Amino acid sequence: MSEGIGSKRLVTGAHYGLRDWMAQRLTAVLMALFTALVLFQLIFSRGEIGYDLWAGIFSPQWMRALTFTVLLALTYHVWVGMRDIWMDYIKPVGVRLALHIFTIVWLLSCLGWAVQVLWRL
Amino acid sequence: MTEPAKTRPVFRNIHALQDLPSYRLPAAGWVSILHRISGALMFLLLPFIVWLFDKSVSSEISFAKFKSALNLGIGMYPGWFIRLTLLALIWAYLHHLIAGLRHLYMDATHSVSREFGRSSAVATLALSVGLTVVLGAKLFGLY
Repeated sequence: MSEGIGSKRLVTGAHYGLRDWMAQRLTAVLMALFTALVLFQLIFSRGEIGYDLWAGIFSPQWMRALTFTVLLALTYHVWVGMRDIWMDYIKPVGVRLALHIFTIVWLLSCLGWAVQVLWRL
Repeated sequence: MTEPAKTRPVFRNIHALQDLPSYRLPAAGWVSILHRISGALMFLLLPFIVWLFDKSVSSEISFAKFKSALNLGIGMYPGWFIRLTLLALIWAYLHHLIAGLRHLYMDATHSVSREFGRSSAVATLALSVGLTVVLGAKLFGLY
């Protein structure tokens, strides 16, 4: 029971430490601020909320660049979160690897699609 | 050297269906597991979210399609089902955002007392569910 605990404990594999913890919070702050920015433009707009207003929010170049950055932050945030879920609940290493690969494919596919939508506005 | 502690009974491998329903979670426990569930839900529905973004923002025609999907449905999915899915996403986003802000606040101010943990968890649940009800009523045309 006590083997592998204490000074002999093997610390590996799960990105213990500051990096993922900090990345998860910095990406979260960025997304929260972005949410506030979009909500602010929706709430303090004049007239009916329709296509022109909604598309107009995302059409300026600076907003597209910012949205792109937020999409990258979102992708990394979701990767860290989903990887934590798989690591907590899925023990067989082959199944876990398959789910990790699925998560990456799922996320990058959605990212590519969203970026395409964004850049043809 | 002190005597090693007596061996205690060890309970491992709790059974998800037999043991978990008998656990009574405190409010902070509910916020925690719902943070996870809401995150996983948004991950699984990510293509639907991008689809909503695509339709709503690409052109006037796609925006009309977006509206009709919510009102009349699209393909095999009726409109109420699309709106219900959207409402689930609204709840997930609200809960994840508010629970995340609670995390950030606790990290920044070291507010880790038992009492703050409980009261902020209750506030998180009340706020996320309350806003979901308000926005859901709007989504289903109650006002």
